[in-house]
Amino acid sequence: MSDLRDLYQEVILDHNKHPRNFGALEQPTSSAEGYNPICGDHFRVSVELDGDTLRDVRFEGSGCAISTASASLMTDAIKGKTLREIKTLHSDFQKLVTAEPGAEHDPARLGKLVVMGGVCEYPMRVKCATLAWHTLKAAARAETKTVTTE
Amino acid sequence: MSTAGIDSRRSAVWWQRIRKDFPILDRRIHGKPLTYLDSASTSQKPRCVLETLQRYYERSNANVHRAIHLLAEEATFEYEKARGKVKRLLGADDPREIVFTSGTTAAINLVAQSYVRPMLQEGDEILITHMEHHSNIVPWQMVCEQTGARLRVAPIDDRGVLDLDEFQRLLGPRTRFASFTHVSNVLGTVNPVREMTDLAHRNEVRVLIDGAQAVQHGAVDLAEIGADFYAFSGHKLYGPTGIGALYARGDLLHQMPPWQGGGEMIESVSFEKTVYHAPPHKFEAGTPNIAGAIGLGAAIDYLLELGLADVARHEAEVLEYGMQVLSELEGVRLIGTAPEKASVISFAMEAAHPHDVATILDREGVAARAGHHCAQPLMERFGLPATTRASLAVFNTREDFDRLAGGLRKVNEIFG
Repeated sequence: MSDLRDLYQEVILDHNKHPRNFGALEQPTSSAEGYNPICGDHFRVSVELDGDTLRDVRFEGSGCAISTASASLMTDAIKGKTLREIKTLHSDFQKLVTAEPGAEHDPARLGKLVVMGGVCEYPMRVKCATLAWHTLKAAARAETKTVTTE
Repeated sequence: MSTAGIDSRRSAVWWQRIRKDFPILDRRIHGKPLTYLDSASTSQKPRCVLETLQRYYERSNANVHRAIHLLAEEATFEYEKARGKVKRLLGADDPREIVFTSGTTAAINLVAQSYVRPMLQEGDEILITHMEHHSNIVPWQMVCEQTGARLRVAPIDDRGVLDLDEFQRLLGPRTRFASFTHVSNVLGTVNPVREMTDLAHRNEVRVLIDGAQAVQHGAVDLAEIGADFYAFSGHKLYGPTGIGALYARGDLLHQMPPWQGGGEMIESVSFEKTVYHAPPHKFEAGTPNIAGAIGLGAAIDYLLELGLADVARHEAEVLEYGMQVLSELEGVRLIGTAPEKASVISFAMEAAHPHDVATILDREGVAARAGHHCAQPLMERFGLPATTRASLAVFNTREDFDRLAGGLRKVNEIFG
C-alpha cells in the first residue's frame, strides 16, 4: 500500500476534502470550463486579471481526488503571480506529473505542488492532474469553449 | 435469458477450473493475481479461440468467396460455418439472416441507415429507453437529424427498471421504430424484451434489440422473443475484437438497400448497372473480418459446450453473492437493483470518486471499470458523473468479489 500513499498523500486527501478557493468569482475577468470525457471530471476556473497579474482565482465543479486536489493546489500556488510566472510553473508541473525523461523541474519553484509528483507512476491519471491547469490556460486566454483532455 | 434447461448443476470447484481455459488469468498485476471484473467492457479469450485464430492464419488464410484454390475453399467454408454457429446461438431460422459486422455499433448503424432512414419523414418518432449505451442513442440521433424525425425516450425507475406503461404509451401513431437494450451495460437490468417486442408489434413498429450484454450470459431465443433485428459483439462473448453480428428477419433484409458498396457484396458490376448479391453478402462489402468470424465461431462453440443455462445459473449465483458483499460494505451505494438483473454491478462510494476507486483496485490486481460507461444520459438520471462497475464472466467466482471487497475496504481506509 506504500505506493498508493505516494499518490494519495495527506496533503492531496486534505485538498480533496476541503478544496481551497472553491466557488465562483463575483466579477471574473474571464473563465473557462474543463472537461475530461473519460471520467466526467468537470471544472470551471474563473480568473481576475489585473494587467498581467492574476489577482484572484477560484474553481468549481466536481472530479476525482487527484483532479480536485490539483485544482485546489493550483489556485493556491498561482494567486498573485504574473502570467509569465504561471506559465513557467505550469511547465514545471507538467514535467513533474509526466516525469518526462531528462526533464528538469525546479522543486523550490513548485513548492507545495511537489505532492502531486506521485501521479507520474500512474499514466492513466496524468490527465486528472493537469485538467485544472489546461482550464486555467484557457481562462487566461479568455477562451469560452470547453477544453477537454482528449 | 432463460435459466431453464437440463439441470447439470456444476460445483464451484468445476467453475474454478474454467479459469485455466483463459491464459491471461495467469498474469500478475502489480504483483497480485489478476481479478478480472471488466467483462462487460470486453471479455478475456479462452485458449480455444486463440488457437483457432493461430491455426486459421497458419493453415487456411485466404480470401473468402473468391479464388478456386484449396485455401480459399477452407477459409470460405470456415467463415460460413461461423455464420451457422451464430444462427444456432441466437435460435434464428436461417444463416442468411445473419450479417457479420464489426460489432454491435456497426450493426445498429446499418439498421438505422438502411432500414429505418428510408421510411422516416419529418415528425416521425423513434423510441429508445433511458438505459441505452451511446451506440444505441447516437445512430438514432443521426437519423433524426437527417430526416427531421424525433427521438423519444422511455423512462426508468430508481431501481433501473423500465417503466413498461410509459414505453407502451410512447408507442404512438408516429412511432416508426423501437430500439432497446436486452441487458443494461451499467445497471445489469434485464429488460422484458418479449413484452416490449409484442407491444411494438401490436403498434406495427419493428424493433431492434441490443444484445451486447445479453448473449454471453444466458440463452437467447429469437423465435421466442420475436425480434426483427438483434445485434451483438464478438469481443464481449469471448471472441476477437472487430467482429459481431446482426440478425435481421429475412423478409426485412431483402427489402433493405445495401449500406456500403464495394467488392464481395455484388453479383456483377458494369458502369451501367450493378447487381447486388443476395443477403447477407449484400451487407458485407469488402474483405470481411474472416479470422474474427472464425474466432467468434470458436467462442460460440466454447460457450455452447459450457451450456448457456449453466452459465446463467453460475453467474447469477456469483452476482447475488457480489451484491450481498458490496451491500454490506460501508459507504457503498448500489446503482441498479432491478429484480431481473444479470452480470453487472455498478456502485458509487461515499468516500471516493470512481476514478480513485479504480486506481486503488488496480493496485490490488482488480480490474474494474470507472467512468460513465458510454451511457451519460443514464448517469445523469442517477445524478452521478460516473460509477465503478464490476462485471462478470464465466470464470468469475465468489473469491473475485472477496478481493473486490478487500480493495474497497482499502479505499475506505485511505479516504476515510
